Amino acid sequence: MPDSLETPVAEEDLLTIAGRTFRSRLLLGTGGFPSLELMAEAIARSGSELVTVALRRVGSGEQRGSLVDVLAQAGVELLPNTAGCHTARDALITARLAREAFATDWIKLEVIGDEDTLLPDAPELLRAAEELVDEGFVVLPYTTDDPVLARRLVDVGCAAVMPLGSPIGSGMGIRNPYNISLIREAVAVPVVLDAGIGTASDAALAMELGCDAVMAASAISRAQDPVRMAGAMRAAVQAGRLARLAGRIPRRRYADASTPDEGLPAFD
Amino acid sequence: MIVLNGEGSDVAAGATVAAVLERMGLALDARGVAVAVDGEVVPRTAWGSFTLGEDARVEVLTAMQGG
Repeated sequence: MPDSLETPVAEEDLLTIAGRTFRSRLLLGTGGFPSLELMAEAIARSGSELVTVALRRVGSGEQRGSLVDVLAQAGVELLPNTAGCHTARDALITARLAREAFATDWIKLEVIGDEDTLLPDAPELLRAAEELVDEGFVVLPYTTDDPVLARRLVDVGCAAVMPLGSPIGSGMGIRNPYNISLIREAVAVPVVLDAGIGTASDAALAMELGCDAVMAASAISRAQDPVRMAGAMRAAVQAGRLARLAGRIPRRRYADASTPDEGLPAFD
Repeated sequence: MIVLNGEGSDVAAGATVAAVLERMGLALDARGVAVAVDGEVVPRTAWGSFTLGEDARVEVLTAMQGG
C-alpha cells in the first residue's frame, strides 16, 4: 500500500524549459539505485518526467538489463549528462556522443574541477556551454551557487541553470540560501537546484527560495527506502512551490499576536 | 594496434565500426550506443562505412545510471 500523499498540484503551473513543458518540478538522477526495478518504481512514485543518464564504456560496470529500455517503459524524457568530464574538450565530445546515443539535443553539462568536492570548473564550464549552444544543444549547466557565473551562462545561451546546494552526494542541503535566491533574481531562465539535497525539507526550501525545479539523485537512490523517499521529494517540491506562490510572511524579531487584544476581559 | 575502450585489441586496420560493434555483441540498431574514434563522434549513419586506421582509438559507449 503506497503512502497516501495527496498533495495539491497547481494544475496550470507548468515548468517550461526551452519550450518543453513539464507537470513535475522534480528531476531525477538514475545513479545509485541498487536495481533497475527499484529505479523504475522510484521514478513512478516521484512523478518525475525528466531523468538523467550517463555514458560509459560498454562492458564497464554491471550490466543489469537495458537502462534505456527501462526508462522508455517509464515514459520519461532523458537528460544525458557529462558527468566525470574535467575539461571543456571532454565535455564537448561526451555531449556530442550523448546526442548520438539518445537522439536528444538536451545536455546536463558538468565540468568538474576538483576531485574531493566535485565542484564545477567555472572557466571550462562557460567555454563548453558557449560551444555547445553554438552547436545547437539545449544546455543545462551544473554550476556553483554564484549569481554572476549563472548570468554569464545564460548570456551565452544556456536554457536553464543548475546551481548546487552543496557538493554532489553530500546531502548537506543548501549551504547558501542567499545565493540561490540571488540567482533566481539574476536570470530569466529556469533555476534547477542541483546537488546536495539530503532530505525532503531541502527540496522544499529550494522551491521556497524561488527555484523552478529540484534535481535529486543520491537523496532518493541511496535512501534506506528509495521509493518512499521519491514520494517524499515529490510532496516536498509541491509544498515548496505552493508556499513560494502563496508568499510567506516576513520574518520578525519579536512576536506579532494573531489574536486581537481588543475585547480582552479583565479578571482583577 | 587499434585500442578498443582503453585496451589493445586484435581488430585489424580497415575494419568498419559496424564490424567492431558486431564483434562486441552489439546490435547496430541498439538504442543508447555511441562511438568515437580518435576523439571524434562517428555518427550511426556512418558505422557501416567508417574504416579504422592502424592506431585508431575507439570508444564504444552506452547508457549507464548516473546523476
